[in-house]
Amino acid sequence: MSKVKKPKSAPSLDMTPMVDLAFLLVTFFMLTAKFRNMEPVQADPPAATSLVQLPENVMLITIDTAGRAFFDISGKGTRTKLLERMMQRYPGTSFTQEQIDQFAVMGTFGQPIENLSAYISADNETKKKMDDRTKGIPLDSLNNQLGDWILEGYAAFVEDAQANGMTKEDLKKNGLRYAIKADANTDYEKVQKVIDVFREREIFQFNMVTNLKGSETNADAVLTAN
Amino acid sequence: MAEIIDNSGGDGKGKKKAKKPAVSMDMTPMVDLAFLLLTFFVLAATLAKPKTMEIIYPKKAQDDTTKTKVNFQLATTLLLGEKDNEIFYYSGMFKPDSTQLYLTDFSKDGFRKIMLNKNARINDRVNQLKKLLQDNMIPQSQYEEEYSKAVNDSLAPFVVVKTLPKTKYKNVIGAIDELNLVNVRKRAIQDMAESEAIALRQKVAELKLDN
Repeated sequence: MSKVKKPKSAPSLDMTPMVDLAFLLVTFFMLTAKFRNMEPVQADPPAATSLVQLPENVMLITIDTAGRAFFDISGKGTRTKLLERMMQRYPGTSFTQEQIDQFAVMGTFGQPIENLSAYISADNETKKKMDDRTKGIPLDSLNNQLGDWILEGYAAFVEDAQANGMTKEDLKKNGLRYAIKADANTDYEKVQKVIDVFREREIFQFNMVTNLKGSETNADAVLTAN
Repeated sequence: MAEIIDNSGGDGKGKKKAKKPAVSMDMTPMVDLAFLLLTFFVLAATLAKPKTMEIIYPKKAQDDTTKTKVNFQLATTLLLGEKDNEIFYYSGMFKPDSTQLYLTDFSKDGFRKIMLNKNARINDRVNQLKKLLQDNMIPQSQYEEEYSKAVNDSLAPFVVVKTLPKTKYKNVIGAIDELNLVNVRKRAIQDMAESEAIALRQKVAELKLDN
Protein backbone atom coordinates (compact mmCIF):
# COMPACT_ATOMS: atom_id res chain seq x y z
CA MET A 1 0.00 0.00 0.00
CA SER A 2 1.32 3.34 -0.90
CA LYS A 3 1.04 5.88 1.74
CA VAL A 4 -0.59 9.07 0.66
CA LYS A 5 -0.05 11.77 3.16
CA LYS A 6 -2.73 14.32 3.36
CA PRO A 7 -2.02 17.67 4.80
CA LYS A 8 -3.12 17.50 8.38
CA SER A 9 -5.57 20.03 9.69
CA ALA A 10 -8.22 19.91 12.33
CA PRO A 11 -11.27 18.35 10.74
CA SER A 12 -13.91 20.98 10.77
CA LEU A 13 -17.61 20.71 10.13
CA ASP A 14 -20.08 23.50 9.96
CA MET A 15 -22.88 22.47 12.28
CA THR A 16 -25.02 25.54 11.83
CA PRO A 17 -27.40 24.05 9.22
CA MET A 18 -27.86 20.95 11.31
CA VAL A 19 -28.64 22.97 14.39
CA ASP A 20 -31.01 25.13 12.37
CA LEU A 21 -32.76 22.07 11.07
CA ALA A 22 -32.92 20.57 14.53
CA PHE A 23 -34.53 23.70 15.90
CA LEU A 24 -36.94 23.78 13.03
CA LEU A 25 -37.94 20.18 13.65
CA VAL A 26 -38.29 20.67 17.37
CA THR A 27 -40.44 23.72 16.79
CA PHE A 28 -42.55 21.80 14.31
CA PHE A 29 -43.07 18.88 16.66
CA MET A 30 -43.75 21.23 19.51
CA LEU A 31 -46.51 22.95 17.59
CA THR A 32 -48.10 19.85 16.11
CA ALA A 33 -47.69 17.51 19.07
CA LYS A 34 -50.87 16.21 20.56
CA PHE A 35 -50.23 15.61 24.18
CA ARG A 36 -51.27 12.32 25.57
CA ASN A 37 -54.27 12.94 27.64
CA MET A 38 -53.63 12.42 31.31
CA GLU A 39 -57.34 12.31 31.89
CA PRO A 40 -58.81 8.93 32.74
CA VAL A 41 -61.42 9.32 30.03
CA GLN A 42 -61.40 10.31 26.40
CA ALA A 43 -64.08 12.79 25.44
CA ASP A 44 -63.75 14.71 22.21
CA PRO A 45 -66.03 17.74 22.53
CA PRO A 46 -68.12 18.96 19.58
CA ALA A 47 -67.06 21.91 17.44
CA ALA A 48 -68.64 25.32 17.81
CA THR A 49 -67.78 28.92 16.99
CA SER A 50 -67.94 30.16 20.56
CA LEU A 51 -64.87 32.02 21.80
CA VAL A 52 -65.69 32.02 25.51
CA GLN A 53 -62.80 30.57 27.48
CA LEU A 54 -63.15 28.00 30.18
CA PRO A 55 -63.52 29.97 33.42
CA GLU A 56 -60.83 29.84 36.08
CA ASN A 57 -62.82 28.42 38.96
CA VAL A 58 -64.65 25.56 37.43
CA MET A 59 -66.33 22.30 38.26
CA LEU A 60 -65.96 20.07 35.25
CA ILE A 61 -68.06 17.01 34.55
CA THR A 62 -66.76 14.86 31.72
CA ILE A 63 -69.15 12.50 29.98
CA ASP A 64 -67.94 9.87 27.55
CA THR A 65 -69.92 8.12 24.82
CA ALA A 66 -71.02 5.41 27.24
CA GLY A 67 -72.55 8.08 29.48
CA ARG A 68 -70.06 7.63 32.33
CA ALA A 69 -69.67 10.77 34.43
CA PHE A 70 -66.27 11.94 35.68
CA PHE A 71 -65.78 14.73 38.16
CA ASP A 72 -63.13 17.42 38.46
CA ILE A 73 -62.91 20.71 40.34
CA SER A 74 -60.20 23.35 40.28
CA GLY A 75 -58.32 24.61 43.30
CA LYS A 76 -56.14 22.69 45.72
CA GLY A 77 -57.77 24.12 48.83
CA THR A 78 -61.21 23.47 47.45
CA ARG A 79 -60.36 19.85 46.73
CA THR A 80 -58.96 19.24 50.19
CA LYS A 81 -62.06 20.65 51.83
CA LEU A 82 -64.27 18.80 49.38
CA LEU A 83 -62.87 15.39 50.25
CA GLU A 84 -63.14 16.14 53.97
CA ARG A 85 -66.77 17.08 53.48
CA MET A 86 -67.48 13.97 51.45
CA MET A 87 -65.90 11.88 54.18
CA GLN A 88 -68.41 13.30 56.64
CA ARG A 89 -71.31 12.75 54.30
CA TYR A 90 -70.34 9.14 53.67
CA PRO A 91 -69.42 7.84 57.15
CA GLY A 92 -68.35 4.47 55.76
CA THR A 93 -65.40 5.96 53.90
CA SER A 94 -62.17 7.17 55.33
CA PHE A 95 -59.13 8.80 53.79
CA THR A 96 -55.71 9.26 55.30
CA GLN A 97 -54.12 12.70 55.35
CA GLU A 98 -51.76 11.48 52.64
CA GLN A 99 -54.66 10.45 50.44
CA ILE A 100 -56.33 13.82 50.93
CA ASP A 101 -53.12 15.53 49.86
CA GLN A 102 -52.91 13.31 46.81
CA PHE A 103 -56.53 13.97 45.96
CA ALA A 104 -55.85 17.71 46.11
CA VAL A 105 -53.47 17.50 43.17
CA MET A 106 -55.28 14.77 41.26
CA GLY A 107 -57.29 15.55 38.15
CA THR A 108 -60.48 14.05 36.87
CA PHE A 109 -61.79 10.87 38.45
CA GLY A 110 -64.79 8.66 37.84
CA GLN A 111 -64.94 6.24 40.76
CA PRO A 112 -67.80 5.69 43.16
CA ILE A 113 -66.79 6.91 46.60
CA GLU A 114 -66.43 3.34 47.89
CA ASN A 115 -63.53 2.78 45.50
CA LEU A 116 -62.02 6.23 45.69
CA SER A 117 -59.66 5.51 48.54
CA ALA A 118 -58.20 2.51 46.73
CA TYR A 119 -58.05 4.52 43.51
CA ILE A 120 -56.07 7.39 45.04
CA SER A 121 -53.45 5.04 46.46
CA ALA A 122 -53.20 2.85 43.36
CA ASP A 123 -50.27 3.01 40.98
CA ASN A 124 -50.76 4.27 37.45
CA GLU A 125 -51.38 0.89 35.91
CA THR A 126 -54.01 -0.11 38.43
CA LYS A 127 -55.58 3.33 38.06
CA LYS A 128 -55.88 2.79 34.35
CA LYS A 129 -57.53 -0.57 34.87
CA MET A 130 -59.95 0.93 37.36
CA ASP A 131 -60.75 3.73 34.91
CA ASP A 132 -61.53 1.23 32.19
CA ARG A 133 -63.79 -0.79 34.43
CA THR A 134 -65.60 2.01 36.24
CA LYS A 135 -69.18 2.90 35.45
CA GLY A 136 -68.48 6.52 36.35
CA ILE A 137 -69.76 8.38 39.36
CA PRO A 138 -73.21 7.02 40.24
CA LEU A 139 -75.96 9.50 39.49
CA ASP A 140 -79.22 7.60 39.68
CA SER A 141 -81.79 8.75 42.18
CA LEU A 142 -81.13 5.94 44.68
CA ASN A 143 -77.42 6.57 44.90
CA ASN A 144 -76.79 10.04 43.60
CA GLN A 145 -73.14 10.56 44.49
CA LEU A 146 -72.64 13.04 41.68
CA GLY A 147 -75.23 15.30 43.26
CA ASP A 148 -73.35 15.15 46.56
CA TRP A 149 -70.07 15.95 44.84
CA ILE A 150 -71.73 18.95 43.22
CA LEU A 151 -73.25 20.29 46.43
CA GLU A 152 -70.17 19.66 48.55
CA GLY A 153 -67.94 20.97 45.76
CA TYR A 154 -69.78 24.26 45.78
CA ALA A 155 -69.73 24.44 49.59
CA ALA A 156 -66.02 23.63 49.66
CA PHE A 157 -65.34 26.28 47.04
CA VAL A 158 -67.17 28.97 49.00
CA GLU A 159 -65.46 27.93 52.23
CA ASP A 160 -62.05 28.03 50.57
CA ALA A 161 -62.75 31.37 48.91
CA GLN A 162 -63.80 32.92 52.20
CA ALA A 163 -60.73 31.50 53.91
CA ASN A 164 -58.66 33.24 51.26
CA GLY A 165 -60.39 36.54 51.92
CA MET A 166 -62.59 36.69 48.85
CA THR A 167 -65.46 39.09 49.28
CA LYS A 168 -69.01 38.51 48.11
CA GLU A 169 -68.34 40.83 45.19
CA ASP A 170 -65.38 38.75 44.07
CA LEU A 171 -67.43 35.62 44.37
CA LYS A 172 -70.12 37.07 42.16
CA LYS A 173 -67.63 38.00 39.48
CA ASN A 174 -65.31 35.05 39.75
CA GLY A 175 -67.44 32.41 41.36
CA LEU A 176 -67.57 28.72 40.67
CA ARG A 177 -68.81 27.87 37.19
CA TYR A 178 -70.08 24.55 35.98
CA ALA A 179 -68.63 23.07 32.82
CA ILE A 180 -69.73 19.97 30.99
CA LYS A 181 -67.39 18.26 28.60
CA ALA A 182 -69.22 15.60 26.69
CA ASP A 183 -68.05 13.61 23.71
CA ALA A 184 -69.55 14.84 20.45
CA ASN A 185 -71.13 11.46 19.75
CA THR A 186 -72.77 10.99 23.12
CA ASP A 187 -76.50 10.45 23.08
CA TYR A 188 -78.13 13.62 24.32
CA GLU A 189 -80.19 11.73 26.88
CA LYS A 190 -76.97 10.83 28.70
CA VAL A 191 -75.88 14.44 28.86
CA GLN A 192 -79.38 15.39 29.93
CA LYS A 193 -79.16 13.03 32.89
CA VAL A 194 -76.16 14.90 34.23
CA ILE A 195 -77.76 18.26 33.52
CA ASP A 196 -80.87 17.15 35.39
CA VAL A 197 -78.73 16.34 38.44
CA PHE A 198 -77.58 19.97 38.36
CA ARG A 199 -81.05 21.32 37.74
CA GLU A 200 -82.45 19.44 40.71
CA ARG A 201 -79.85 21.33 42.74
CA GLU A 202 -80.88 24.72 41.38
CA ILE A 203 -77.94 25.12 39.03
CA PHE A 204 -79.03 26.20 35.58
CA GLN A 205 -76.10 27.83 33.87
CA PHE A 206 -73.44 25.73 32.18
CA ASN A 207 -70.36 26.14 30.10
CA MET A 208 -70.32 23.43 27.49
CA VAL A 209 -66.76 22.66 26.45
CA THR A 210 -66.33 22.90 22.68
CA ASN A 211 -63.59 22.77 20.09
CA LEU A 212 -63.13 25.92 18.10
CA LYS A 213 -64.42 25.62 14.55
CA GLY A 214 -62.53 27.11 11.62
CA SER A 215 -62.50 30.88 11.66
CA GLU A 216 -64.36 31.22 8.36
CA THR A 217 -67.55 30.42 10.19
CA ASN A 218 -66.81 32.96 12.86
CA ALA A 219 -69.73 34.92 14.23
CA ASP A 220 -68.61 38.28 12.91
CA ALA A 221 -67.82 36.93 9.46
CA VAL A 222 -71.33 35.56 9.17
CA LEU A 223 -73.06 38.75 10.06
CA THR A 224 -70.98 41.00 7.87
CA ALA A 225 -71.46 38.66 4.92
CA ASN A 226 -75.19 39.10 5.20
CA MET B 1 -17.31 21.48 16.52
CA ALA B 2 -18.53 24.51 14.74
CA GLU B 3 -16.07 26.96 13.45
CA ILE B 4 -16.32 30.51 12.35
CA ILE B 5 -13.74 31.19 9.74
CA ASP B 6 -12.81 34.78 9.55
CA ASN B 7 -11.99 35.68 5.96
CA SER B 8 -12.64 39.37 6.11
CA GLY B 9 -9.42 40.45 7.71
CA GLY B 10 -6.51 41.61 5.66
CA ASP B 11 -7.97 42.86 2.43
CA GLY B 12 -9.60 46.06 1.37
CA LYS B 13 -7.94 48.60 3.56
CA GLY B 14 -4.49 48.16 2.08
CA LYS B 15 -2.94 47.52 5.42
CA LYS B 16 -1.42 44.11 5.70
CA LYS B 17 -2.43 42.48 8.90
CA ALA B 18 -0.93 39.44 10.40
CA LYS B 19 -3.06 36.46 9.43
CA LYS B 20 -5.51 35.83 12.21
CA PRO B 21 -6.20 32.31 13.30
CA ALA B 22 -9.69 31.13 12.42
CA VAL B 23 -12.03 31.95 15.30
CA SER B 24 -13.65 28.79 16.43
CA MET B 25 -16.26 28.39 19.07
CA ASP B 26 -17.63 25.29 20.62
CA MET B 27 -21.38 25.60 20.27
CA THR B 28 -22.22 22.24 21.79
CA PRO B 29 -23.08 23.47 25.29
CA MET B 30 -25.31 26.17 23.86
CA VAL B 31 -27.12 23.72 21.64
CA ASP B 32 -27.43 21.28 24.52
CA LEU B 33 -28.91 23.94 26.70
CA ALA B 34 -31.26 25.07 23.97
CA PHE B 35 -32.53 21.55 23.49
CA LEU B 36 -32.91 21.11 27.22
CA LEU B 37 -34.96 24.30 27.46
CA LEU B 38 -37.08 23.34 24.50
CA THR B 39 -37.74 19.92 25.95
CA PHE B 40 -38.70 21.50 29.24
CA PHE B 41 -41.10 23.95 27.63
CA VAL B 42 -42.63 21.25 25.48
CA LEU B 43 -43.31 19.12 28.52
CA ALA B 44 -44.41 21.93 30.77
CA ALA B 45 -46.50 23.84 28.27
CA THR B 46 -50.16 23.89 29.07
CA LEU B 47 -52.34 23.57 26.06
CA ALA B 48 -54.52 26.48 25.10
CA LYS B 49 -57.52 26.55 27.37
CA PRO B 50 -60.53 24.95 25.74
CA LYS B 51 -63.39 27.09 24.55
CA THR B 52 -66.82 26.83 26.04
CA MET B 53 -70.36 27.75 25.14
CA GLU B 54 -72.76 29.04 27.73
CA ILE B 55 -76.17 27.49 27.92
CA ILE B 56 -78.80 28.38 30.46
CA TYR B 57 -81.40 25.75 31.17
CA PRO B 58 -84.80 26.62 32.61
CA LYS B 59 -86.06 25.50 35.96
CA LYS B 60 -87.95 22.27 35.92
CA ALA B 61 -91.61 23.09 35.52
CA GLN B 62 -93.64 21.57 38.31
CA ASP B 63 -96.84 21.36 36.32
CA ASP B 64 -98.40 22.80 33.21
CA THR B 65 -99.64 25.97 34.85
CA THR B 66 -96.12 27.21 35.56
CA LYS B 67 -95.07 26.86 31.95
CA THR B 68 -94.60 30.15 30.19
CA LYS B 69 -97.20 31.08 27.66
CA VAL B 70 -95.70 31.73 24.28
CA ASN B 71 -96.80 33.37 21.10
CA PHE B 72 -96.60 30.57 18.57
CA GLN B 73 -96.51 32.94 15.63
CA LEU B 74 -92.93 33.74 16.58
CA ALA B 75 -91.96 30.15 17.14
CA THR B 76 -89.70 27.99 15.05
CA THR B 77 -89.12 24.43 16.17
CA LEU B 78 -86.03 22.48 15.28
CA LEU B 79 -86.37 18.71 15.41
CA LEU B 80 -83.13 16.83 15.82
CA GLY B 81 -83.37 13.22 14.73
CA GLU B 82 -81.14 10.36 15.66
CA LYS B 83 -78.85 10.73 12.67
CA ASP B 84 -76.75 13.68 11.64
CA ASN B 85 -78.74 14.34 8.50
CA GLU B 86 -82.14 14.16 10.18
CA ILE B 87 -82.62 17.79 11.04
CA PHE B 88 -86.01 19.31 10.39
CA TYR B 89 -87.80 22.49 11.29
CA TYR B 90 -91.31 23.84 11.25
CA SER B 91 -92.84 27.19 12.06
CA GLY B 92 -95.65 28.01 14.42
CA MET B 93 -97.63 25.48 16.37
CA PHE B 94 -97.45 21.76 15.69
CA LYS B 95 -100.57 20.22 14.21
CA PRO B 96 -100.06 16.52 13.56
CA ASP B 97 -102.02 16.50 10.30
CA SER B 98 -101.08 19.73 8.63
CA THR B 99 -97.65 20.80 9.90
CA GLN B 100 -95.06 20.49 7.20
CA LEU B 101 -91.53 19.53 8.24
CA TYR B 102 -88.66 20.95 6.23
CA LEU B 103 -85.29 19.32 5.96
CA THR B 104 -82.37 21.56 6.91
CA ASP B 105 -78.76 21.37 8.09
CA PHE B 106 -76.18 23.41 9.97
CA SER B 107 -74.27 24.61 6.94
CA LYS B 108 -73.94 28.23 5.95
CA ASP B 109 -77.01 28.09 3.71
CA GLY B 110 -79.04 25.84 5.94
CA PHE B 111 -80.85 26.75 9.11
CA ARG B 112 -78.71 29.83 9.57
CA LYS B 113 -80.13 31.49 6.47
CA ILE B 114 -83.68 30.76 7.55
CA MET B 115 -83.16 32.25 10.98
CA LEU B 116 -81.25 35.22 9.60
CA ASN B 117 -84.33 36.09 7.58
CA LYS B 118 -86.73 35.54 10.44
CA ASN B 119 -84.55 37.45 12.83
CA ALA B 120 -83.61 40.21 10.35
CA ARG B 121 -84.96 43.07 12.44
CA ILE B 122 -83.00 42.01 15.51
CA ASN B 123 -79.87 41.36 13.49
CA ASP B 124 -80.03 44.82 11.93
CA ARG B 125 -80.22 46.33 15.38
CA VAL B 126 -77.32 44.18 16.60
CA ASN B 127 -75.19 45.13 13.60
CA GLN B 128 -75.96 48.78 14.26
CA LEU B 129 -74.83 48.36 17.86
CA LYS B 130 -71.69 46.52 16.79
CA LYS B 131 -70.79 49.33 14.44
CA LEU B 132 -71.32 51.91 17.18
CA LEU B 133 -69.08 49.88 19.46
CA GLN B 134 -66.39 49.58 16.80
CA ASP B 135 -66.41 53.32 16.19
CA ASN B 136 -66.14 53.90 19.93
CA MET B 137 -69.46 55.73 19.98
CA ILE B 138 -70.72 53.69 22.92
CA PRO B 139 -68.88 51.95 25.75
CA GLN B 140 -68.81 48.17 26.10
CA SER B 141 -71.20 48.17 29.06
CA GLN B 142 -73.80 50.13 27.16
CA TYR B 143 -73.37 47.83 24.18
CA GLU B 144 -74.03 44.78 26.30
CA GLU B 145 -77.08 46.35 27.84
CA GLU B 146 -78.49 47.41 24.49
CA TYR B 147 -77.63 44.03 23.00
CA SER B 148 -79.54 42.12 25.62
CA LYS B 149 -82.45 44.53 25.23
CA ALA B 150 -82.44 43.99 21.48
CA VAL B 151 -82.28 40.19 21.53
CA ASN B 152 -84.87 39.89 24.28
CA ASP B 153 -87.35 42.03 22.39
CA SER B 154 -90.88 40.82 23.09
CA LEU B 155 -91.48 40.34 19.37
CA ALA B 156 -88.18 38.59 18.71
CA PRO B 157 -88.58 35.17 17.12
CA PHE B 158 -87.73 32.24 19.32
CA VAL B 159 -86.59 28.72 18.65
CA VAL B 160 -87.37 25.49 20.44
CA VAL B 161 -84.81 22.76 19.92
CA LYS B 162 -86.42 19.37 20.37
CA THR B 163 -84.42 16.24 20.89
CA LEU B 164 -84.90 12.50 20.94
CA PRO B 165 -83.12 10.42 23.58
CA LYS B 166 -80.67 9.18 20.94
CA THR B 167 -79.99 12.57 19.37
CA LYS B 168 -76.26 13.14 19.19
CA TYR B 169 -74.91 15.75 21.59
CA LYS B 170 -72.93 17.46 18.83
CA ASN B 171 -76.13 18.26 16.96
CA VAL B 172 -77.62 19.91 20.03
CA ILE B 173 -74.47 22.00 20.42
CA GLY B 174 -74.52 22.67 16.67
CA ALA B 175 -78.08 23.96 16.91
CA ILE B 176 -77.34 26.26 19.85
CA ASP B 177 -74.23 27.48 18.08
CA GLU B 178 -76.28 28.42 15.02
CA LEU B 179 -78.72 30.28 17.23
CA ASN B 180 -75.86 32.18 18.84
CA LEU B 181 -74.61 33.17 15.41
CA VAL B 182 -77.93 34.64 14.36
CA ASN B 183 -78.57 36.34 17.71
CA VAL B 184 -81.52 34.21 18.71
CA ARG B 185 -81.28 34.31 22.48
CA LYS B 186 -84.80 33.21 23.19
CA ARG B 187 -84.58 29.49 22.88
CA ALA B 188 -85.16 26.31 24.76
CA ILE B 189 -84.10 22.70 24.57
CA GLN B 190 -86.93 20.24 25.09
CA ASP B 191 -87.75 16.61 24.66
CA MET B 192 -89.62 15.85 21.48
CA ALA B 193 -93.31 15.07 21.84
CA GLU B 194 -94.44 11.67 20.61
CA SER B 195 -96.52 13.20 17.80
CA GLU B 196 -93.51 15.14 16.56
CA ALA B 197 -91.29 12.08 16.71
CA ILE B 198 -93.81 10.19 14.58
CA ALA B 199 -93.94 13.01 12.06
CA LEU B 200 -90.16 13.06 11.96
CA ARG B 201 -89.92 9.35 11.33
CA GLN B 202 -92.52 9.57 8.59
CA LYS B 203 -90.64 12.39 6.94
CA VAL B 204 -87.37 10.47 7.11
CA ALA B 205 -89.00 7.43 5.50
CA GLU B 206 -90.58 9.65 2.84
CA LEU B 207 -87.27 11.25 1.94
CA LYS B 208 -85.62 7.88 1.66
CA LEU B 209 -88.30 6.80 -0.82
CA ASP B 210 -87.65 9.87 -2.89
CA ASN B 211 -83.98 9.11 -3.27
